[in-house]
Amino acid sequence: MKKYLIGLTFSLFTTIAFAQEKNKRIAFEVDGICEMCKLRIEKAAIGVKGVKYAVWDIPSHKLSLIIDERKTNPMIIKTAIVAVGHDTKELKATEEAYLKVHPCCRYRDSTVVKDMH
Amino acid sequence: MKYFRNITCLIVLFSQLLQGQENVTGTVFARDDTQESIPLQGANVYWMNSQIGTMSQEDGSFSIPFDKEYSSLIISYIGFRTDTLKITKPKNLIHFLTPSNELDEVEVIKKRDALQKTFLSSQNIVNINSDELLKAACCNLSESFETNPAIDVNFSDALTGTKQIQMLGLTSPYLLITQENIPMVRGASQVYGLTYTPGTWIESIQITKGAGSVINGYESISGQINSELVKPFTDPALFVNGYANRNGRLEFNTHLNMKVTDSWSTGLYLHGNKRDTKVDDNNDGFLDVPLGDQINILNRWQYQDTEKGWVSFINFRYLRDDKQVGQTIFDPDTDRFTSNAWGSEIDTRRFDTSIKIGYVFPSLPFQSMGFQVAFSDHQQDSYFGLNRYDIDHESAYMNLIFNSIIGNTQHKFKTGLNASYDGYIENVNQQLFNRIDRSVGSFFEYNFDNLETLSLTAGVRVDLHNLLGTFVTPRFHLRYSPWENSSFRMSAGRGKRAANIFAENQQLFATARQIQLLNTDGKVYGLNPEDAWNYGVSLLQGFTIGNRNGNISADFYRTSFREQVVVDWENPLEITFSNLDGDSFANSFQLELNYELLRNLEARTAYKFYEVKTQYQTGLLQKPLQPRHRFFANLGYVSTPKADGSQWRFDYTLHTIGSQRLPSTETSPQEFQLAAFSDSYSLMNTQITKVFSKQWEVYVGLENITNFTQEAPIVSAGDPFGAYFDTSIVFAPIMGRMYYAGFRFTLL
Repeated sequence: MKKYLIGLTFSLFTTIAFAQEKNKRIAFEVDGICEMCKLRIEKAAIGVKGVKYAVWDIPSHKLSLIIDERKTNPMIIKTAIVAVGHDTKELKATEEAYLKVHPCCRYRDSTVVKDMH
Repeated sequence: MKYFRNITCLIVLFSQLLQGQENVTGTVFARDDTQESIPLQGANVYWMNSQIGTMSQEDGSFSIPFDKEYSSLIISYIGFRTDTLKITKPKNLIHFLTPSNELDEVEVIKKRDALQKTFLSSQNIVNINSDELLKAACCNLSESFETNPAIDVNFSDALTGTKQIQMLGLTSPYLLITQENIPMVRGASQVYGLTYTPGTWIESIQITKGAGSVINGYESISGQINSELVKPFTDPALFVNGYANRNGRLEFNTHLNMKVTDSWSTGLYLHGNKRDTKVDDNNDGFLDVPLGDQINILNRWQYQDTEKGWVSFINFRYLRDDKQVGQTIFDPDTDRFTSNAWGSEIDTRRFDTSIKIGYVFPSLPFQSMGFQVAFSDHQQDSYFGLNRYDIDHESAYMNLIFNSIIGNTQHKFKTGLNASYDGYIENVNQQLFNRIDRSVGSFFEYNFDNLETLSLTAGVRVDLHNLLGTFVTPRFHLRYSPWENSSFRMSAGRGKRAANIFAENQQLFATARQIQLLNTDGKVYGLNPEDAWNYGVSLLQGFTIGNRNGNISADFYRTSFREQVVVDWENPLEITFSNLDGDSFANSFQLELNYELLRNLEARTAYKFYEVKTQYQTGLLQKPLQPRHRFFANLGYVSTPKADGSQWRFDYTLHTIGSQRLPSTETSPQEFQLAAFSDSYSLMNTQITKVFSKQWEVYVGLENITNFTQEAPIVSAGDPFGAYFDTSIVFAPIMGRMYYAGFRFTLL
């Protein structure tokens, strides 16, 4: 019985493994403000191997991606995005990376954000 | 007791579980300034198109009964963006609302330049939108370029007054003119074709300088002009335009658009123009402008299903264009083909149809397919004095394109197939010329864009043509932005075409010249196909002075012919067509400055230098009627529109045209001799538009303000059947000062 269960679990895992899509649509939030942020975020995302398409929407802060799941996953992309100074929900950019963005892109600073809107 | 408590727990648990199966539960959060999650109390949660709704509790939680009938759950809260979630089964959600700026946001409408130079594209493209087209009221595509320095407008002959356009010093046969990317003004319609697209039908124009893209074929040599027509889906329900000018030209346009179903829209566009007043201001006995009428009908169908990714256009067009020119005393019914009086009629009937189908893969926005088929039948019956010229041109064109990416969207490619068929039947003074051109080609174009500083496009195509042979056309474009607001561009490419010598040089029938074909071994009228390379560099720099934007650009292009059909009219008694034997090139330099001088006052200036030389029988000479220097200036003022949409628009354009070499008349008798060079002169046009509301606007305009005209544009006008009669040497306007007025009515 136990063996049977293990087998079942394994087969479940393998199906998950096989369900990795070549053109998977994913989206998550990335903090940012302006056109300049958009370019920086999209460039960082598209620079990740396996990311085919990246569009960041300024008002909703939503980054829409099409990725090859066999080559990348959302965590790798988020790592690349925080590396250029933009926060995601799970990963936050280091202070060092954050300070590298242009002063008018400082999305953590509420006065900057207010100025933009 | 313990037992009882356990049971109660179980019941509570069960009821919650049961509830959980029927309800959608969740919590609504927002983020504060420090990115901390804070629960939102009082957020509205409801099913779209239903009465079922709830509000979130103090802790942000909510619970709403699930119903299979509804799948869109809406969560809204004042000050936040309303979100719609797709819910197909009961579940537990955690949802963050994004603060909305709509409430306190001041609407900032970014002013869109009427003439846009692109900083990012690898090709040197100028985009003209409908605002720019309204600057010069009239009338058709050939007149749409008067306010734009990239294109030069020339006068082709003293008779028809048809304006010819040039780019980089080369006339329109060396430009690829497309309508919605289907080659259009070519073959039989080469000379008059630009006048067959009414101005109000045009939505925008894209001008590409230098070697174009390989996608639309191999014919473009000095550039490409693409016009986009208005689309039934976006064009107003009703549009009416009327125009009248001092020379008796009346023009009328209507657009009717309607939505047939959610996905189908249709538009019916009617154009009519008429000129029946005889004008002869210079008293040479010849009409200064032709009499004529044109009826032009276009029916478009547009299909659009954005969810499934399909877009389609189906077009049908019929054109009837009749022109009469020549002596004012000429009456076609009695004088046709006689030497009673000199006259000419050019009657054209044309039918066009095209289908365009586009598909964007819904899950892959970067991948798409496009398919176009077009068919046209063009019949022109004409005579020029005693010369007769008829042409019937049937054309079919097919293009299939597939767009996708390699790896990611920084590397794009386009690939596909073209096929075309052109059948010509020409009657030149009872001599028949029949020709069939057939070609198939395939292309591949790669585009790299690093999203910032560098982009390049490299394309190649291979074509199999029954007369031009099998050949390869490479095209290359590079854009590099070394610093902010700059674009440095380079391009190189080859173009090849079969010259339709008679159709392209029809104005020469209105002379007494003898037509001579010097070569007879080639495949096209005994001549070889034309073959040229075009190279270009350009620099565009944007700047801001005193809060106002401007840009400066300089470009240099060289077109170098390896094969060309040389049209030699240096002998006043004849015109010869021969293969190029020697050099032929066109160098062009342009310096352009655009700046907003004062608020709402835009200035555009350009200086252009052309060196266009060809080996004629008498030597390597500058092309006749080609000024070496040109200066252009345009001032446009647009007042800030009031709330009801009313505003004023003023526009002023200056063209200074340098001295032009005239074809040699040395061997003519004294009285028919012309100077070797024309004088330079300036032309000025202006227009004022008053917009009353979103529905109504009226405009008045004045062309050729200084009333400059060419004295005696027709050589030997007094003896039109004599040996030296020539109407082709025109270097300045024949028509003097001319005023016009018109209105536009739009119903959305």
